[in-house]
Amino acid sequence: MSDVIPYTVEPHPVTGVPNPKLGIWLFLASEVMLFGALFSTYVLLRVGSDHWPRHTETGLNVPLATVNTIVLILSSVTVVMAWYSLKIGEFGRAKLFVAATIACACTFMVIKYFEYSHKFHVGTFPSTSNFYAVYFTMTGLHGLHVLGGIIVFSYLLATSNQWWQQHPEQFTNRIECTGLYWHFVDLVWIFLFPSLYLL
Amino acid sequence: MHAHARTAHGHEDLKKHVRIYISVFVALMFLTVLTVVVSYFHPPIAWAVAIALLIACTKGSLVALYFMHLISEVKVIYWTLGLCVVLFGVLMLLPTATEGNQSGVVHHNDRTVVGAVHAAHGDLGEHSETH
Amino acid sequence: MSSSHHREEQHGGHDAHHPQLGFWRKYVFSVDHKIIGIQYAVTGLCFLLFGFCLMMLMRWQLAYPGQPIPIFGRILPASLVNAGVMLPDFYNALGAMHGTIMVFMGVVPLAVGGFGNYIVPLQIGAPDMAFPRLNMTSYWCYFVGGVIMLASFFVPGGAAASGWTSYAPLSVIASMGQTFWLFGMIFLITSSLLGSINFLVTIIQLRAKGLTFFRLPFFVWAQFVTSFLLLLAFPPLEAAGVMQLMDRLAHTNFFVPSGLVISEQPLTSHVGGGSPLLWQHLFWFLAHPEVYVLILPAMGIVAEVIANNTRKPLWGYRTLVYAIVFLGFMSFIVWAHHMFMTGMGTKMSNFFQTTTMIISIPSVVILTCLILSLWGAQIRFTVPMLFALAFLPMFGIGGLTGLPLGLTGADVHLHDTYYVIAHFHYVVAPGTIFALFAGVYYWFPKVTGRKMNDTLGKVHFWLSLVFINGVFLPMFIQGMYGGHRRGYDPNEYDLYKNFPAMLGLVKGISMSAWLLGLSQIPFIINFLHSIWAGEKVTQNPWEATTLEWAAPSPPPHGNFAMAPVVYCGPYEYSCPGRPHDFWPQHLA
Repeated sequence: MSDVIPYTVEPHPVTGVPNPKLGIWLFLASEVMLFGALFSTYVLLRVGSDHWPRHTETGLNVPLATVNTIVLILSSVTVVMAWYSLKIGEFGRAKLFVAATIACACTFMVIKYFEYSHKFHVGTFPSTSNFYAVYFTMTGLHGLHVLGGIIVFSYLLATSNQWWQQHPEQFTNRIECTGLYWHFVDLVWIFLFPSLYLL
Repeated sequence: MHAHARTAHGHEDLKKHVRIYISVFVALMFLTVLTVVVSYFHPPIAWAVAIALLIACTKGSLVALYFMHLISEVKVIYWTLGLCVVLFGVLMLLPTATEGNQSGVVHHNDRTVVGAVHAAHGDLGEHSETH
Repeated sequence: MSSSHHREEQHGGHDAHHPQLGFWRKYVFSVDHKIIGIQYAVTGLCFLLFGFCLMMLMRWQLAYPGQPIPIFGRILPASLVNAGVMLPDFYNALGAMHGTIMVFMGVVPLAVGGFGNYIVPLQIGAPDMAFPRLNMTSYWCYFVGGVIMLASFFVPGGAAASGWTSYAPLSVIASMGQTFWLFGMIFLITSSLLGSINFLVTIIQLRAKGLTFFRLPFFVWAQFVTSFLLLLAFPPLEAAGVMQLMDRLAHTNFFVPSGLVISEQPLTSHVGGGSPLLWQHLFWFLAHPEVYVLILPAMGIVAEVIANNTRKPLWGYRTLVYAIVFLGFMSFIVWAHHMFMTGMGTKMSNFFQTTTMIISIPSVVILTCLILSLWGAQIRFTVPMLFALAFLPMFGIGGLTGLPLGLTGADVHLHDTYYVIAHFHYVVAPGTIFALFAGVYYWFPKVTGRKMNDTLGKVHFWLSLVFINGVFLPMFIQGMYGGHRRGYDPNEYDLYKNFPAMLGLVKGISMSAWLLGLSQIPFIINFLHSIWAGEKVTQNPWEATTLEWAAPSPPPHGNFAMAPVVYCGPYEYSCPGRPHDFWPQHLA
């Protein structure tokens, strides 16, 4: 069935990419617009408000968020190393890197959980102010993306042995595509972090 | 480099990758710390936004260019992303531009003043031009 | 097994290699683009009928305000009708759901999901869509979204009633149906997103050998541009939907202004400080490109049918392509012409007024090319051709009446009147939906191997053409006299009190609408009857040139016995020196 569809693994001779890679880039383009709308909202509400809290007033935990930034960037390195390891045929090392990526992602979520629960504990909710509405919506949606990444990477890791034996190149492509998505999640955070925590 | 790697260049060429990834990682760490440190000096808001955005854009470009291999990608992907970037700009600029253009209409936290504003929205848009 | 080897096999042998799939995998959770296309089309047609029925109910209230609805008045529960008379909230819900269902669950799934899925892979000579399982997922997302929307009719307070545009802050404080609407929309948007990724990859990667971009049938071009619109315009609405959900469920204030007073009571559930305009921006950022999502595939279908029935190449194929690409791009920067009355400022209004005037140019170019294609042709007046021919003036009326709405001065007078309703219905009803009917009649033989009945088809066409104009032409007059588009009871407006003739016009519109409903019966009979008992036809009954006619009818799994190779452009009709008046793309 699916074996009759060309370019699922090998790149198209003219465009130079296989189908999944083009697909994931198109998906990321749509994600840019999704987060673009949220950033646009942020700018519009901030420009239109007569008082928008600076980072000293919001009570957000900057050191914790800095740690989270570092964790997420680290996970971007591990995932690109996983892809690289597969490229040079070191499957065992690649599995370790994928596992490290999942670990980083989970660390990020745990830290996020502490941040959120602290906020709820001191009585800060999305309805508290427009700043917190933006904060919870944007980080929440970003968190869902991290969660999605964790699920996909876990699935890839769990089925990796079989895939690597049967379709090594396809497996490498999957890691690459999931990696592209993961870098994008990282990239969103790179903009979220200063926007919400440092300005 | 990425497109080449698939064909023939083999491990030698790929080894270069690791060095690049590590250097990019170090640069990202440095920029992260830098942007946090800058924020502790409480620059005026305009400067703070400019610096934070500049650093974030640099970091974002590093991730996109080296981790996502955009530095050596194929044309079809550049076209897609180019279109996406243009429309992203439209989405970021135009709504906020309308917000700036209708100064005086928005978001006072004073209940009594704005009660009438939205009822007379159409008039106020013109009116505010003269202020 | 290597793919080339696989595809070179004859059709019979080809099928034998696949284990027989069970009923569920073959017809319900199928990954075959043709089954999914049929699923989309049939679901879309059902929703079109359902959305039309909602409108027929509304027309009763407008024609006979305060009188019990016949039959339905007795069936509907007391929360919707009082002694058989429609309640205002129910009227609002019908209006909002009519728009939502027709646009998001009827026309788009039929035009893009149905025709796009079925025809695009065939026209480009591909064995399937690039991601078959994603294709199935997008159909089922659409299905779930549809179920949620239907379920919203049964929640306390009824379905969403804030208009299909769901303007804040009204929608933020509306009853539970609005929450369902938002969840439903999130599923529908996700479905469109997955679908558009699939179309783009399919069209870019899976074209047959020799099928360059400028040899693509115009329908494929239309789907290509449409997919870009869906891909990049829909996500902002998804984000806006999430924010409105936050406003409703977590009491944030994205779209709630300060100092909101409702029925002389200050709003207590929200503190305010947000921007209602923001919702309109994000909504129309999607919804204006969405208008082109509705019309572009229709133009594609009409182009195919016209080329085939005039037996001539399309006039100005390249011009058409450039125009549609430009149209697609421009559609992203005209959205705020829906918002002239919001007081967003004259500078912005001028900008959007200018872009709106510019976007009319490619639309006119496309229409002109299609009309010029008729010049000097020996036209075959088949049923699909009749619908395609009717599309031209109908879309023309719809498009041209849009110009005054794009000018800020004229818009002040016409905004939110029946004129607007008439304008966009001329674009999507006798425009797009006629084109979709053309598509149904044209490709029915490909899908079923049988032809639909000509006589019933012509009856369907002429009745529909007369009554649909009976519905929308008077609305221009009603609107220019200032009839407000969302009015529930005509008796409450001076317009109808002072002009009793206007009330007669409204009654006439309603009569036309119900007769238009009855005119669809020949189509339904024809459609169902022809599936089982229609006249059997050959692989290429219309003597067409594009690749879908090179596959058997209906095409087997994998579509082509041998991967086709393309040697010429899509509309090689009446070429001098050829033995026939058409020359298929796959013949050397």
